[in-house]
Amino acid sequence: MALLSLEQVTRSVLLPDGERLEILRGVDLTVEAGDHLSIVGRSGSGKSTLLNLLGLLDTPTSGRIAFDDRPLERLAGGRRDRTRGRDVGFVFQQFNLLPGRTALENAMTPLLYARGRDFWRRERIATQMLQRVGLGDRLHSTPDRLSGGEQQRVAIARALVRGPRLILADEPTGALDVDTGAAVMSLLDEISSASGAALITITHDPAIAAMARRRFRLEAGVLEPIVAAS
Amino acid sequence: MIGALIEAWAEFRVHRARVLMSLIGVAIAVAALAGVVGIGAVATQAQTEQLERGGGRPATLVLTPPYDAETGDAADPARLEAIFRQVVERYSITYAGAVIWSDSRIQFADGADSVMLTAVAPAYGPMHRVEIATGRWFTAFDESRLSPALVVSEAVWQRLGAPDLATNPTVTVYGAQPTTGVIVGVLPPDPFAPSLQAYVLGAGLAAIAAPAQAAAPMYEFWVPLELADTLQERIRAEVASALGEGFVVDVQRQDYLAWGTSDPLEPIRVVLLGIAGLILALGALSLVNIALVTVRQRVREIGIRRAFGATAPRVFLAVMLESVLATLVAGVLGVVLAIVVVQSEWVRGFVAPGLQDAVPFPAEAAVIGLVAATAVGALAGLLPALVAVRVKVIDAIRY
Repeated sequence: MALLSLEQVTRSVLLPDGERLEILRGVDLTVEAGDHLSIVGRSGSGKSTLLNLLGLLDTPTSGRIAFDDRPLERLAGGRRDRTRGRDVGFVFQQFNLLPGRTALENAMTPLLYARGRDFWRRERIATQMLQRVGLGDRLHSTPDRLSGGEQQRVAIARALVRGPRLILADEPTGALDVDTGAAVMSLLDEISSASGAALITITHDPAIAAMARRRFRLEAGVLEPIVAAS
Repeated sequence: MIGALIEAWAEFRVHRARVLMSLIGVAIAVAALAGVVGIGAVATQAQTEQLERGGGRPATLVLTPPYDAETGDAADPARLEAIFRQVVERYSITYAGAVIWSDSRIQFADGADSVMLTAVAPAYGPMHRVEIATGRWFTAFDESRLSPALVVSEAVWQRLGAPDLATNPTVTVYGAQPTTGVIVGVLPPDPFAPSLQAYVLGAGLAAIAAPAQAAAPMYEFWVPLELADTLQERIRAEVASALGEGFVVDVQRQDYLAWGTSDPLEPIRVVLLGIAGLILALGALSLVNIALVTVRQRVREIGIRRAFGATAPRVFLAVMLESVLATLVAGVLGVVLAIVVVQSEWVRGFVAPGLQDAVPFPAEAAVIGLVAATAVGALAGLLPALVAVRVKVIDAIRY
């Protein structure tokens, strides 16, 4: 059973002049549990739009998206939000940590939307996750006191605290130097592999994309697999 | 809900300086609102006490001097006194007594002067909330004094040279014959009472005044409020029956509750409440303004929360609660400020000098203040909450 599947997905928007702009054209993609795939594409190729659809943040103009074999249209409103909170973890290019909150508070944020045991044990879970990404000694540091690499590790911890089945990393190394970026990607890959979560990395960096087992290129709204030269 | 509260509290904590600054207006408005209600309660109590000093505490029944319908002659005082005692005994009325007004003269150092003399029973003190500035009110013991005990007004006492009551100062009262009275207590200054005034017990008046000088006695009864109507009719019927046919007997309520007049402080209170409401509305407007600006600045944060599973209602609730929580804190501060102001001696002395009963800060003032603060928070949070719900998640994150 596929974790996430896209069949002939299109997404278009109506421009102010009445013209329709096709952003995604007939995208087919199947993501299994534990997959690690990357999507590369230039600016304006539709990466963000695809990310919205993969992260259950948007609905396609046509085609079918299913999460856990459940069609997206059956996940209306709050159910989709709750599914996203429970099963999808986001890592953003600009880290997007909440300012003024400590690393621990940031990592706890998704657990505020959990129920039952996870909600009540949120501090413990977040602490353990931060220790796992090597920030056990920076729990109470606010983002302005953390380096770029540390901030991204907090963001990774935050993405993983609810044990998501799908991790979406949007240009996760875009704001980091090469070495830190590589370290962060290794960490992301290691943790997602250990937890059995699927990892989708959206990037314009071929080196980062190369770390994935399956690679795709998005160009002019069309998603195509990249076949290895060897 | 708990999660939303935690979120709202965290937001409040992180932005406490901004939130507190924006809430000063709300806190002041709530303090004004609760203060007006609180001062209103104190002023009402003062007014009530003043009214009770005049007409007696609720329910005070008064038997006006009965008279013969044909001749207009008053009933025989001795017979009336006997009937009064019967009534008091039958209905076990603890606080009751005759009140007789008389005019007498008191010898001062600079000559004798006319003084309004009121003969009362010891029960008159608690029935009319009589305040004593120095000395004491009458006791049953005073009825057996050979020299009548007197409680005099502050003006009389001053004119006598403000003698020390511990020395049992005496004064000559001119009635049927010059009589020496002993001053046992002094009343505080009262702008509503005649300045040269004195109280004496009924037995004492008999010693001072000639029967012709004294007005016919009125009898007062302090009875439970719920029995007032029944007792009013029964006392009237009993006195009429005892006096026999031909006498006009009238028993009336004379306490303020029977007057049915509207609260004279009401217009002032309405105006003050209006002003407080206006301040509150202005505070709310500035709060909405700040909250709207803040929400626009927080679009990214709201997007992040949505990405991590916050539903639209949850975001709405969190932004709303944040506003309510903040105004509630402002409300608590405002109510505390109002309590401090209303309970201060200076304000009490200014609003209600001579207040006898302690008036606690009215619970309804605190409740009104907190409810108003919460309502302002909810109203001020509504628009930002609606804006927050409309945030497009990915656009917000990339904002």
